Amino acid sequence: MSLKSTLRAATALSLITAGSAFADGHSATITIATVNNGDMIRMQGYTDQFTEATGIAVEWVTLEENVLRQRVTTDITTSGGQFDIMTIGMYETPIWGANDWLVPLDDLSAEYDAGDILPAMAGGLSYNGTLFAAPFYGESSMIMYRTDLMEAAGLEMPAAPSWSFIAKAAREMTDRDNDINGVCLRGKAGWGEGGAFITAMSNSFGARWFDEDWNAQFDTREWSDTLNFYKNMMDDSGPAGFATNGFNENLSLFNQGKCGMWIDATVAASFVTGADSTVADSVGFALAPDNGLGKRSNWLWAWALAIPAGTQQVDEAKQFIEWATGTGYIEQVAANEGWANVPPGARTSLYENPDYQAVPFAQMTLDSILSADPTDSTVDPSPYVGIQFAAIPEFAGIATEVSQEFSAAYAGQQSIEEALEKAQAITNEAMEAAGYR
Amino acid sequence: MARSVTPRRKLINTTVAWAIGLLIFFPILWTILTSFKSEAEAIAAPPIFLGFDWTLENYRIVMERSDYGRFLWNSIIIAGLSTVLGCIIAVPAAWSMAFVPSKRTKDILLWMLSTKMLPAVGVLYPIYLIFIELGLLDSRAGLVVVLMLINLPIIVWMLYTYFKEIPGEILEAARMDGATLRQELIYVLTPMAVPGIASTLLLNFILAWNEAFWTLNLTAVNAAPLTAFIASYSSPEGLFFAKLSAASTMAIAPILILGWFSQKQLVRGLTFGAVK
Repeated sequence: MSLKSTLRAATALSLITAGSAFADGHSATITIATVNNGDMIRMQGYTDQFTEATGIAVEWVTLEENVLRQRVTTDITTSGGQFDIMTIGMYETPIWGANDWLVPLDDLSAEYDAGDILPAMAGGLSYNGTLFAAPFYGESSMIMYRTDLMEAAGLEMPAAPSWSFIAKAAREMTDRDNDINGVCLRGKAGWGEGGAFITAMSNSFGARWFDEDWNAQFDTREWSDTLNFYKNMMDDSGPAGFATNGFNENLSLFNQGKCGMWIDATVAASFVTGADSTVADSVGFALAPDNGLGKRSNWLWAWALAIPAGTQQVDEAKQFIEWATGTGYIEQVAANEGWANVPPGARTSLYENPDYQAVPFAQMTLDSILSADPTDSTVDPSPYVGIQFAAIPEFAGIATEVSQEFSAAYAGQQSIEEALEKAQAITNEAMEAAGYR
Repeated sequence: MARSVTPRRKLINTTVAWAIGLLIFFPILWTILTSFKSEAEAIAAPPIFLGFDWTLENYRIVMERSDYGRFLWNSIIIAGLSTVLGCIIAVPAAWSMAFVPSKRTKDILLWMLSTKMLPAVGVLYPIYLIFIELGLLDSRAGLVVVLMLINLPIIVWMLYTYFKEIPGEILEAARMDGATLRQELIYVLTPMAVPGIASTLLLNFILAWNEAFWTLNLTAVNAAPLTAFIASYSSPEGLFFAKLSAASTMAIAPILILGWFSQKQLVRGLTFGAVK
């Protein structure tokens, strides 16, 4: 091939493969990476109104949660600059904030009213008192239960039940002949799935991941009690194959009337009372259980919008964050789609609004969020911040492995003791390698 | 002596073949059926096979929410060009290994294949950094090169296997008749290996079309292909299986149709040289 034809081919290739760079008439375009959760998708539908008001166009990159986490982590650690806003959670925010990977959100406008953000959310999304991500919606976990089945069992759900009551109620509500399981809980491997649930549950049993010298604590009685209680209860009253059930599997079971109780994210309340639920009219809510040790088993999480330090469009990104996480957006959604569909758990003013107070799960969601304290989540002192996680970079990797061992024990592939022994070894080894011990 | 096939045996063979075929195709069939269900019907237990209210609502929502055409165009460009580019490099490479092998040819072939044994995530950061330096992030050109490189060992191996079946004497005869290397490759070798080259191209196109690790990690908006389109409908917090199925059906439809129409060529190429 001659030089001329090679050049021709290269030109043709570059013309075909060049990314689209058409002028779209907007002053700027920002790119936002986000998850495919209902509230996020709803927000995308309102983006045109933001563009009309500001002249700033918005491009969305929507990915599954785990893919998104890997994608944005790669980009931010290499200063790739692919995104102007990233949707991240309470786990990443303080770690990335500490590394100067995020733009501080300490100069948002007075109209935005950053002081209105729920203190628990603001605390979890800050590092050293500086807010690094604005919560779009927040969640804790709580009990969602079938009021009709509870009544048929001759029981009454307390507003703040204990684990022993839950186990008893689960046994009473279980009706294997009619395919009704007393309780549905996460057992799926993954630090954000079954790992999150069992860690939050372990707090109420007095367990913790690390002592103050970062030594793993899986060889303690508290962890053994947690896992044995969980497994016995699920073997007695849980659905078949619970070791592989996560949020979606349990939501599906609950919506089909196959769970008496489900303890999971407060954001699920709108799903179980929504149009796709066959039991929407008979759902009650209660605080996540405790064991009388002063800590409940609920977690705290927020999906929040943060600006990576590498972006060239900080001002435009801040404008979007103020629009999306401000009170104006909430009012807009409420006006168009009803108060039950507004993003919950982020702002104090939402829970002071009489219209929102009329939503059945509003008060219990707020109570659950307020009862969760990431800075004091364990009975005995611990060196980490976080309830269902420890906010250190190594945690996601360690907890994924540990939760795999736990899931194997739930499925009967190994004993609880074996799983805890392995968890202890995995954790100590990783912490030693990372220089904590 | 050839064994005679009785009608009964033929019937059993046919039934078993259809059963296996249906079993393999079932996940795709289920995805297609689910795409026409409501979200509640999609998770119904026991599952509903055909007796549901058929709806196009999921397709309407997906089309409204996403720019399907852009994702599709990116997939076609990336899969197509990486395949063509791979073939341009692989044909001479396979020719040299098949017809003028050296002492190290076998080692080179093995070494090439060994690059496929490395988990992709192991080289994510180096590749990502190179892409930043070269300004290739979220570009179709960057993905064309990466997908060509990761599929190149397979193309070379397949072509090498096909070329080995072609008698070297034919090429020698062409050379004696005065054919240049280029003429030998284009006018003698390629026509004889068309079934093999075609099936290699098709297989490589399918591999590139379905590749999800690099296409998800190196793209954002401009170069995102259909794999990113599917990923945008997967949610760990919410039951959107019907919409996800609609998106998946739309993503696999082009490659399914291509495979359907070219299956004869594909089978012919994959069995090329199996019977001498």
